[in-house]
Amino acid sequence: MSIELAHKPGTEFTAAVTAAFGAFAGLLVGTSQGSALIGILLGAAVLGALAWGLLNFDLPERSARWGVAAVFAVLGLLIGGLAGLVVALIFGWFFGWFIYWLGSGRYRIRLAPYLTPGQVLWHYTFRVICGAIFVFLITPILVVMPLSFNAEDFFTFTPEMLRFDPEGYSLKHYRDFFTNNEWQRSFKNSLIIAPVATIISVSLGTLAAIGLSQSHVPFRRSIMAILISPMIVPLIISATGMFFFYSQIGNWMEGALGLNKTFVGYVKVVLAHAVLGIPFVIITVTATLVGFDRSLTRASANMGADPVRTFFKVQMPLILPGVISGGLFAFITSFDEVVVVLFVGSASQKTLPWQMFTGLREQISPTILAVATILVVISIALLTTVELLRRRSERLRGMSPG
Amino acid sequence: MSTIRGTGPGTADAPSPDDALHEAAALSDRDVPPPHGAPSDGPMLAADGTPLKKSLARALRLQKTRALMLIAPLLIFVLISFIVPIGQMLWRSVENDIVAQTLPHTVQELAGWDSAANELPPEPVFEAMYFDMFIAAEAKSHTKLGTRLNYEQTGMSSLFRQSGRKLDDLGKDYQKAFKAIDGDWSKGEAWFELMSGAADAPRAADVAAAQARNVATLIDTPIAARDGFAPSQEIADLLPLTARAYTAMAMFMQFEDGDDPAGEKPWETLYPALLRDLETADVSAYAGPRAGMLQTLAAARGDIEQISFTDAFAEIDEDWVVAEPWRTIQTHARNVTPGYFLNAVDMRLTPDGAAAQPEDKQILIRLFQRTLVMSLVIMGSCILLGYPIAYLLANLPMRTANILLILVLLPFWTSLLVRTSAWKVMLQQQGVINDTLVWLGLVADESRLVMINNQFGTIVAMTHILLPFMILPMYSVMQTIPPSYVRAAKSLGATNWTAFWRVYFPQSVPGIGAGSILVFILAIGYYITPEIVGGTKGVFISNRIAYHISSSLNWGLAAALGTILLAVVLLLYWCYDKIVGIDNVKLG
Amino acid sequence: MESTLMKTKALMLTTAAALVAGPALAGSHMASEMTIVSWGGAYSKSQLNAYHNPYSEMTGTTIINDDSSAEAVAKLRAMNEAGNVTWDVVDVVAADAIRLCDEGLALEIDPDTQLAAAPDGTSAADDFGDLLVSDCFIPQIVYSTTFGYRTDMVGDTPPTSVCAVFDTDAYPGKRSLEKRPINNMEWALMCDGVAKENVYDVLETSEGQDRALAKLDTIKDDVIWWSAGADTPQLLADGEVVMGSTYNGRLFSVIEEQNQPVAMLWDAQVFDLDGWIIPTGLSPEREARALDYIMFATDTQRLADQAKYISYGPARMSSAPLVGMHAELGIDMAPHMPTDPNNAANTLLYNYEFWADYRDDIDAKFQAWLAQ
Repeated sequence: MSIELAHKPGTEFTAAVTAAFGAFAGLLVGTSQGSALIGILLGAAVLGALAWGLLNFDLPERSARWGVAAVFAVLGLLIGGLAGLVVALIFGWFFGWFIYWLGSGRYRIRLAPYLTPGQVLWHYTFRVICGAIFVFLITPILVVMPLSFNAEDFFTFTPEMLRFDPEGYSLKHYRDFFTNNEWQRSFKNSLIIAPVATIISVSLGTLAAIGLSQSHVPFRRSIMAILISPMIVPLIISATGMFFFYSQIGNWMEGALGLNKTFVGYVKVVLAHAVLGIPFVIITVTATLVGFDRSLTRASANMGADPVRTFFKVQMPLILPGVISGGLFAFITSFDEVVVVLFVGSASQKTLPWQMFTGLREQISPTILAVATILVVISIALLTTVELLRRRSERLRGMSPG
Repeated sequence: MSTIRGTGPGTADAPSPDDALHEAAALSDRDVPPPHGAPSDGPMLAADGTPLKKSLARALRLQKTRALMLIAPLLIFVLISFIVPIGQMLWRSVENDIVAQTLPHTVQELAGWDSAANELPPEPVFEAMYFDMFIAAEAKSHTKLGTRLNYEQTGMSSLFRQSGRKLDDLGKDYQKAFKAIDGDWSKGEAWFELMSGAADAPRAADVAAAQARNVATLIDTPIAARDGFAPSQEIADLLPLTARAYTAMAMFMQFEDGDDPAGEKPWETLYPALLRDLETADVSAYAGPRAGMLQTLAAARGDIEQISFTDAFAEIDEDWVVAEPWRTIQTHARNVTPGYFLNAVDMRLTPDGAAAQPEDKQILIRLFQRTLVMSLVIMGSCILLGYPIAYLLANLPMRTANILLILVLLPFWTSLLVRTSAWKVMLQQQGVINDTLVWLGLVADESRLVMINNQFGTIVAMTHILLPFMILPMYSVMQTIPPSYVRAAKSLGATNWTAFWRVYFPQSVPGIGAGSILVFILAIGYYITPEIVGGTKGVFISNRIAYHISSSLNWGLAAALGTILLAVVLLLYWCYDKIVGIDNVKLG
Repeated sequence: MESTLMKTKALMLTTAAALVAGPALAGSHMASEMTIVSWGGAYSKSQLNAYHNPYSEMTGTTIINDDSSAEAVAKLRAMNEAGNVTWDVVDVVAADAIRLCDEGLALEIDPDTQLAAAPDGTSAADDFGDLLVSDCFIPQIVYSTTFGYRTDMVGDTPPTSVCAVFDTDAYPGKRSLEKRPINNMEWALMCDGVAKENVYDVLETSEGQDRALAKLDTIKDDVIWWSAGADTPQLLADGEVVMGSTYNGRLFSVIEEQNQPVAMLWDAQVFDLDGWIIPTGLSPEREARALDYIMFATDTQRLADQAKYISYGPARMSSAPLVGMHAELGIDMAPHMPTDPNNAANTLLYNYEFWADYRDDIDAKFQAWLAQ
């Protein structure tokens, strides 16, 4: 670091802060080794001294950090064996980085120079809190991913898996997913039902939301409440209630219209899911329309566009983000819905969640984890692609990254 | 400070020609002279010469129609495919016509019985019960009633099932005795001739209509009384009970089995019925078809054992000769009952009105409270965890924010069932968290933490599942808050805390509100996750609803519980709409 | 924007095409199709091998498997009310069959005329014997709810009696029990000193119910309650519980197929039945086909065949001698049957009549007790 930083803190400060962190690390190690107090004191003393030493003797940063990590690793190996080695290595790497990050004042580089130390402290505490929440959000998903490679038919980390023994791992659950007819059929069904249901709820929902956003709508509140109701009725009640309705509709379609039974079955599930998705579309689109500048449509009308043209050329592009996010919610509602499809659907409309539900109840099979892993990978790929495309179009349009 | 609102051209608060239109309409309504310059004599005219008032009204009407036209397709769709079915489902919470439909005469007779007097109902009640139950058993609906009454009094189910099987015995004895007197008594043809009377005799249309109604409800197919059998008026007057029993039988055979009653073996009910009629009827003057057979029987009546339906029921099952089952039937005979709602709040309907359930069966109120409290806790933890994330996302550069947003969306894309199972893997005593803690030595192997199958497990798993529903609305609201406001506040001397609390936070409230209502409503209706990770203390009222829908088949109670839950949610929704306004809900 | 519009149009066209193409397929597979409802998983697989495949080959009927047995009672009732019964044959446990029969949702079947007689000429009614617990129900298998325990967690004295479940001193650790009163109340009373033959007399009284709950109360903190049959095997495999109740076939699979350190505790196993019902309200032709299937699928050989794939005992007496080897593992299945004399030293038969009456009442008490 050749740049001289304006706010390079004193060595004592760095040593004190590192000592505090060291005390915490010592607490963890101390409890496991029998005495928390000794751990705290020792941790604080050792790391405080280390920070002070490293910063005072002007060692090259890179090699110093490697050195610290190595020393920690050896100590860890002596105290706690292989497990100790891993933990100590992490600690060593962290403290090596931490001491220099703090000591060289790098932590203030990206912050406004006028911030008080309290604000800086808060800034980083806040980041750590957020990081912890992200860990909370993502860990369960990361944890089940390795289990999908389990060689056994249970949701259990076997000793073989923990030893990283190749025998503990297998691809059999993936094979099961790709070769088992039931899984394939239900996956296909989900891919048919969810998009169609989404299209129905998005198109009807957007129209209605535009209608609702006009200024003189009679019974606006009641209409809104009715349209939102599929979200607020407990699902099991909706499922039973809708069952009766859709059976009658099904009878009518098969009897009076002479339609194919399987086809009617799909229509029933699609319509039922479309109803469930509608509240999300209504809520998101009306919210977007609240901020919509009505004078734009008037301007468009003024210039001779008919309402349809105005809608597609002026209004739609502006409310598109709301429509898309409503559509996403509606899609997920259908794609992840199990209660209603259990009632309304029949065997040939079995969806993925239904198959998972039976799987969980009747046979313990990590195949559902394999499916989840595949879906997660697909959605990461999709989301990343969307983000990259967005950046590309921004670049093309010559905008600075937002 | 907290009243800062966006007033740029992009918001709905900006004045628009619509407002002028509205004001003008209001003004011309009131006949107040317009503010400036316009001629005050005569009505104002629009450009095309029509009075302005009329023209404006037309414009307004047009606008309303257009809005309604846009809403109509969806509204009709939701009304028909959701509201009506749900309404029908909820109607079951008070619907109770099964008792009066299955036992119509019994219910009538029981109405006069004083259940408090602690004595058995009189003989006519047993008599009516015999005939009602017999035809119900033929239609196989007596067991259905037994199941219904078993919700109220344990043992009714098997009482009805077993009695239905033994009911034939009584008639069989009399059938034998009748047959000994004249072999024709066991022939359908003979009975048919006797009950029909002469071919041109007037028919007892009222008897036919009444039985058609009863049979139609039992076999669940509409019956037109004039297509069915009708006894002759003379017989109906002379032998009322027999005429009733025979008509019911004939209709049942005609419409349920598609048979001709004349060609079928008559039911056993006819013999006790005729015997009872002969106790009072004088048949010596009767001259219709088969009069001789009837008169011979009447003469030989003394040889046949006297009939007592009370004794007959005592023989079928001792439980019939105590007052309890009769009280239950009487109490629950009403077509519309508050009983399910009382059950839903841990009370029950007794002959003396509503009373509390025995203490060891009280659970539902507690479950309601628990559902509400836990949903609030889940909502609260979602706010606590969601707010920092939404704030961070809204204040980071778009690129970083979008990448972090993937981390939020990823759990959202993952199946609910998978996430719930994942928490099971994480939280159980041999699970990932406990294993890690033991490995680190923070927890001793024998004192692993109990984090699942209790309220903690439910709260953690549901917070995780619902967190995206909190973050996304908050994020979209926070994105619209201009950072300059906070900067302005700070430059005016506000501390960090003041700037956040007095300037930023009030503007983010709609996001919190939207997320909260979403999370709360979704939480209150969940049952799969609590079922899997909730153990005994972490289950919700929805779990009981699901149990009553799919296992106990007590749909009335399930509907009552659902109605109450729905009412609570609607009340909250109404409050929310009043306080925040549903328009302010943003999802992303 | 233009491109979005195009995409929307293309999407709409595709949807429209799909909607139009649907009906065109109508009629192609009307031939003869029947929907059979079962539990899914290994159990459905055993039925597929033993019944469905041979029947399809013989008659050309296409059989659609629907894994909805867990919701069967509710769904059948709803179907019946809506007048649209889409199932032809349904696999349910006996208690559900009785409920369905009471509700008029299942067809009454005469065993002597509508079921096949045994090869030696014994009538079906005699061959099934007491197992015909309802007029609408044709039993298929006898299964039992019994306990499995971790062999590596019980020390040197593996449990031999069901009362080990209530003995937390000798066998510390969690146990898993089903989240319903049935079976648990009986075991509790038996371990509280009530003789087996008096259990239901005691349980009929309010005091008896309290007594059973009081006994369960002694282990309440050590119990994980399960509601799906797959839970206990998972909990045992995790070592999360030291012992737990579940269906014997699940334990067989854990022990023999998955090689987990688990053993069976057959003491006081509760026999229950699983079998077929035919819904009411089918068209005469579908009803005839369903009856034909039932006659085929419940004959002596077919019931014995199923035991090759899953360790449940065939419900016919005449099938027992025909039970052979496991189809994949090649082990003798007889010793794994709940009905094997070595396993059936102390058994209880599910009391259908009693639970049909007391289920609602005791369940309310049980749930209230659980929630305390």
